[in-house]
Amino acid sequence: MNAEDPAAAFRIEAGELLEQVEQGLLDLGHSLADMDLINAVFRGLHTLKGSGAMFGFDALAAFTHHCETAFDRVRKGQVPATAELVAVILSAQDHMRALVEGDAPDADGEAILARLQHALESASGAEPPVAEPGADRQGWRLFFRLPADAMANGTNPLMLLDELRDLGEAHIVARTDEIPPLPDLVATQCHIGWDVTLIGDISREDIEDVFIFVMDDMTLELEPLGDETSDDTAEADSCAVATSPVADTPQAGAPSSAAAASAAKAGESVRVPAERLDELMDRVGELVIAQSRLSQLAHDGDDLVLRSVSEEIERLANELRDTMMVVRMVPVASLFSRFRRLVHDLANDTGKQIALVTEGESTEVDKTVIERLFDPLVHIIRNSCDHGLETAAERAAAGKPETGTVRLSAHQASGEVLITIRDDGRGIDRERVRAKADANGLIQPGQVLSESELLSLIFHPGFSTAAQVTNLSGRGVGMDVVKRTIESLRGSIDVASTEGEGSTITLRIPLTLAIIQGLLVRVGNGSYVIPLAAVEECIELSLEEDFRSRGRSLINLRDRLVPFLRLRELFATGTKPDTHQKIVIVAIGNERVGLVVDQIIGNHQTVIKSLSAFHSGIATFSGATILGDGNVALILDVGQLVAMGQSVDTEEKIHAVG
Amino acid sequence: MTASILTVDDSPSIRMAIRIALTGAGYSVQEAGDGVEGLAKAEASRFDMIVTDLNMPNMDGLTMIRELRKQPAQAGIPIIFLTTESDADMKSQAKAAGATGWLVKPFVPEQLVKVAQKVLGR
Repeated sequence: MNAEDPAAAFRIEAGELLEQVEQGLLDLGHSLADMDLINAVFRGLHTLKGSGAMFGFDALAAFTHHCETAFDRVRKGQVPATAELVAVILSAQDHMRALVEGDAPDADGEAILARLQHALESASGAEPPVAEPGADRQGWRLFFRLPADAMANGTNPLMLLDELRDLGEAHIVARTDEIPPLPDLVATQCHIGWDVTLIGDISREDIEDVFIFVMDDMTLELEPLGDETSDDTAEADSCAVATSPVADTPQAGAPSSAAAASAAKAGESVRVPAERLDELMDRVGELVIAQSRLSQLAHDGDDLVLRSVSEEIERLANELRDTMMVVRMVPVASLFSRFRRLVHDLANDTGKQIALVTEGESTEVDKTVIERLFDPLVHIIRNSCDHGLETAAERAAAGKPETGTVRLSAHQASGEVLITIRDDGRGIDRERVRAKADANGLIQPGQVLSESELLSLIFHPGFSTAAQVTNLSGRGVGMDVVKRTIESLRGSIDVASTEGEGSTITLRIPLTLAIIQGLLVRVGNGSYVIPLAAVEECIELSLEEDFRSRGRSLINLRDRLVPFLRLRELFATGTKPDTHQKIVIVAIGNERVGLVVDQIIGNHQTVIKSLSAFHSGIATFSGATILGDGNVALILDVGQLVAMGQSVDTEEKIHAVG
Repeated sequence: MTASILTVDDSPSIRMAIRIALTGAGYSVQEAGDGVEGLAKAEASRFDMIVTDLNMPNMDGLTMIRELRKQPAQAGIPIIFLTTESDADMKSQAKAAGATGWLVKPFVPEQLVKVAQKVLGR
């Protein structure tokens, strides 16, 4: 496992480097003017600093930086190499060794640096590089022509144009005047120039960054757009970046422009603690509720002015709510990036070659959803890596690339986010699923199952197909927990699999948890909300049918028997049924159940309030909401009701009540 | 489709860091320890991008880039070389040899990934 630890590899390498530096320094002590030795020592220090910084040895990098700077001056002839300097660096080098091992007292380092400073006393220092301020607005007009061999050397002009487009609104016109006649044309050479007008708040560095690799040899004319003030024209002249004088700019410019870019970003966004957002969301929820009360009042009365004000407020409240939703959205990139390490570790532990490919990282989801998606995704990815993907040898034998791929992608589709986890492994072994389900009594022997029914068996509690339990997955607390978590997010989970080609698991998650579209119904004297996403259809239950079906609680819906629950009885309202009762058919996955209600009131924007701690044990309700008239409506937990409707046990209980 | 990248460096730790950074970003990575090996691997299979150090034993990066660019099959394949801030001279040499771009050491993985995305466009 250590073979995969770059830090450990660096430690070994650093030891060798320090050895070289030490040799160089010792030799240098005898011949202080030897440039080769000075260069060798400098290179050693330089590499040590650079690699140290890459592998997290920041203290080492910072300390070595000082020594390197000192030696750079020697190298450039600004300071002569002295015996004192060599001695200081030698002792510094011991300190570096301690830093690599991670047990160096800070005081030692400071003492050495002080001595180093003393040794360098004779020299004068200057720290000039400051980037020009790039406070340009509006946009740029630029013309560029790549060197003829740019394409052969791997630069794709189309990508440069794409990068420019990413900066802002771009109008691009190709200049074809330098294309030679056909007989002289070399296909691999690039003769087209491009005139580009870029509109937007773009700094010069941003544009130069696009061309960073070709800047030295290309033609680039760059001038700011806009107000024809004398100031601007003067600047335009100085802006015409020609060929050679830029030779050094990209290196010096790159870090400073990166800093400028991040500074610009910091200015555009504000970090807000999550609780404040939650608070704000709460307030918006209250506002939506108050607003619906207001609109009800306005509609009950005859006051036209009040009504128009109320409509105005309704519009504003809805907009505010929508904006608030967007504020709470976080790109899934933050979630996805956490799996890189996981897959990396899994590859190590299983000895398989696994590549994780992520797509759609910019898809945005409510932050609460993101947090709660982490565990289920870990489980699914583990399953894919552990059960799904084969070892390199097995893959090679099956004619697949040795590296297995787990593809994690997200995209948004009408109020939902679809997250798919796809692997190109062996797929789900249907025979084994069947045998296992048989053994666990989940299905009858010989029972005919559709493809999707068979596959969805893996979501049954206590189901695990791994022939032998590995330390990664297969603890038997597998996919059923995943399924429950996803359903608690009001999402759904689907699995598809082709044997030998891999499996795909699709999660559908609602964009937000705070507000849902609900169907408002009345049962007895109480109002209840059924999440609209779960509602399939509403049908009428006439009195005769009600009588006919009594004792069975099953209705025939297009040749399928659907169990139903009489909510009036379940909630023991003690009221008489309406003459025209309705059945709301709700579904979770493939399971459906009918809920008998007295009246369907209509659509309702439901701001979800969680139940108090005293009521959190009640499974039938997932929360509550406040209606326009100030009354409270409970939100039905469809998942629970479906499970209840499907189980015979509760059916009997209901009968006992009825 | 996953882009495949060849990394050529004599330092195992740098190679490892490059591999981890690039595979982490979804690329598939192969490694070579010097220019000779890099050249052989590049000729054996087509890569979408090559990342190479310049100072290496047996065959240095410059020579390898020149050799690669001599072959029509390697035309247009982006070659990124690793350099240090102090090596302005090396940079122009490498560019003249046919390199596409460079990355200044020390770099953080994100920079490498950014460069890869820049030249690969994905």
